[in-house]
Amino acid sequence: MTRIDTRFAALKAEGKKAFVSYVMAGDPDYATSLEIVQGLPDAGVDVIELGLPFTDPMADGPTIQLAGQRALASGQTLVKTLELARAFREGDETTPIVLMGYYNPIHSHGVERFLEDAKAAGIDGLIVVDLPPEEDEELCIPAQAAGLNFIRLATPTTDDQRLPKVMQNTSGFVYYVSITGITGAANAVAGDVGPEVARIKAATDLPVIVGFGIKTPETSREIASVADGAVVGSAIVDLIGQGKSVTEVLEFVRGLAKGAHSV
Amino acid sequence: MANDLFNSFMTGPDEKGRFGQFGGRFVSETLMPLILDLEAEYEKAKTDQSFWDEMNYLWTHYVGRPSPLYFAERLTERLGGAKIYLKRDELNHTGAHKINNVLGQIILARRMGKTRIIAETGAGQHGVATATVCAKFGLKCIVYMGAHDVERQKPNVFRMKLLGAEVVPVTSGRGTLKDAMNDALRDWVTNVRDTFYCIGTVAGPHPYPAMVRDFQAIIGKEAKAQMQEAEGRLPDTVIAAIGGGSNAMGLFFPFLDDKEVQIIGVEAGGKGVNANMEHCASLTGGRPGVLHGNRTYLLQDDDGQILEGFSISAGLDYPGIGPEHSWLHEIGRAEYVAITDIEALEAFQLSCETEGIIPALEPSHALAHVAKIAPGLPMDHIICMNMCGRGDKDIFTVAKALGWDIVEAD
Repeated sequence: MTRIDTRFAALKAEGKKAFVSYVMAGDPDYATSLEIVQGLPDAGVDVIELGLPFTDPMADGPTIQLAGQRALASGQTLVKTLELARAFREGDETTPIVLMGYYNPIHSHGVERFLEDAKAAGIDGLIVVDLPPEEDEELCIPAQAAGLNFIRLATPTTDDQRLPKVMQNTSGFVYYVSITGITGAANAVAGDVGPEVARIKAATDLPVIVGFGIKTPETSREIASVADGAVVGSAIVDLIGQGKSVTEVLEFVRGLAKGAHSV
Repeated sequence: MANDLFNSFMTGPDEKGRFGQFGGRFVSETLMPLILDLEAEYEKAKTDQSFWDEMNYLWTHYVGRPSPLYFAERLTERLGGAKIYLKRDELNHTGAHKINNVLGQIILARRMGKTRIIAETGAGQHGVATATVCAKFGLKCIVYMGAHDVERQKPNVFRMKLLGAEVVPVTSGRGTLKDAMNDALRDWVTNVRDTFYCIGTVAGPHPYPAMVRDFQAIIGKEAKAQMQEAEGRLPDTVIAAIGGGSNAMGLFFPFLDDKEVQIIGVEAGGKGVNANMEHCASLTGGRPGVLHGNRTYLLQDDDGQILEGFSISAGLDYPGIGPEHSWLHEIGRAEYVAITDIEALEAFQLSCETEGIIPALEPSHALAHVAKIAPGLPMDHIICMNMCGRGDKDIFTVAKALGWDIVEAD
């Protein structure tokens, strides 16, 4: 059982939906970013997605791209991202952290060394956008062997024929991408998402969390009502990009979490 | 010699899209079904005679193939050594080898019922070729081009617009070719149903590296037959310039199993391959990584962040290289060298003066290496170099580098 499994089991027992938030590690700088992450559990965040900055985030819209550029410009690296996770862990033993990013920084660090370092830093799961099931031997299988969850994205283009393959080596939870598109673009519509979540749930026992296109407490509530939880990234990162204070960012997160938890 | 370990170098990629450890399908889940679909359609088309009949007809009547294999007599005399032949792919319609591949992909897109074509472009040659074939078939065409390249390649931007394409200047990242490719992929993720992504080089997720190679291999097939006709034998050395590596892969592929033929790829050395990293020589100055759907040699820092390439030639300005080249490099079947901006400029002028051929800056890199090695080789040593593009697009860049002011007055 990872912290992710434990957390979802607890939420299920309470009959609660999950609220998952995404922020980029090191955005706008290490210290501010750590302060935001440390404040997330109190703002109602059940699972933290921590972005690993990369120069070429091909599945992300301008908001996350710019966050990555700010983080890199402030000197953020993979090593410093794991440091940030470790610093968070010192004050929080239970909130799961999912590292989310692209493969090359991990590939460059070396998979074996990365898994050891990530585990030691208190990372619980990985979402690596550019590793589909076809490339499972690269990181997915070694990560699971090392005791980390490997969380897969399912998308509107993942048809029923392909779905079992996508679910096969997935653990922790399934991240359903609500739209065909990039992060921060179109708005998610609960009416479209509901049937899709049902389709995914028919193929897995894992919790199904929905992300992409959720920007307000209302949408957070609507989406959470048709799934096991909601993820918000770009809308939070936007505020960080605008230079809002840590308090303002966390207040916004609190509203989104309340939305998801009000279901 | 690694050559002895392989019965054939022409069987790749494997079913996972790998050439040794290189290649693969490193894309987001949204794109994965599209890539599998493309692979299935390409496999079907590959063995369908009607597909190749259509290609051959258009190669002949629209592109102007076969391109000549030309004995560069005065260049040979000037260099005073090996006998130099140029494969004249700069004479193709639209002025470069790019159209060989575009034609194949657009015919495939039509077979798949796709109505909207997207492409990335650096110097603009692939963008122009794509816009051209889309105009011919009445397809909607959107070309992503780094904002920086839009500025330095104005004539090609205007050409694409004349041909009815929409040119989208890319400002994300640093606004160069790799960012244009990122934005094209973002477009594809968003418009999955009607859109076909026409990639311009032997890179990207499987099946692109193999498919683009197969379409460009017409260059090497022709060269092989033409060389037999001219000399009654194969060349001793084949040479081509490499950015992503499509013209080189096209020339090299049919020669891979002719183990007596030496194969040399020429990368852009920019201001020199050293710690300053002001070059685009992925093989000579990079290390393996994963970008744009494949594992290959990349220019990257210690943290795995991708570095911007630097070259006088916008067409070589890419931090990666096709995965098959990475493999050929690693097993030692092909040799890869780097040529600097200054050396390429000298070769550009050499071609103009001795042969009356204004080459693009990309093949000028290959020619610079020919000029380096030819004088030391015997006169019966035959070199075949791919003259993959003409230099009309580069005259402003070259004029500036040589200190000429050719901006038109009103």
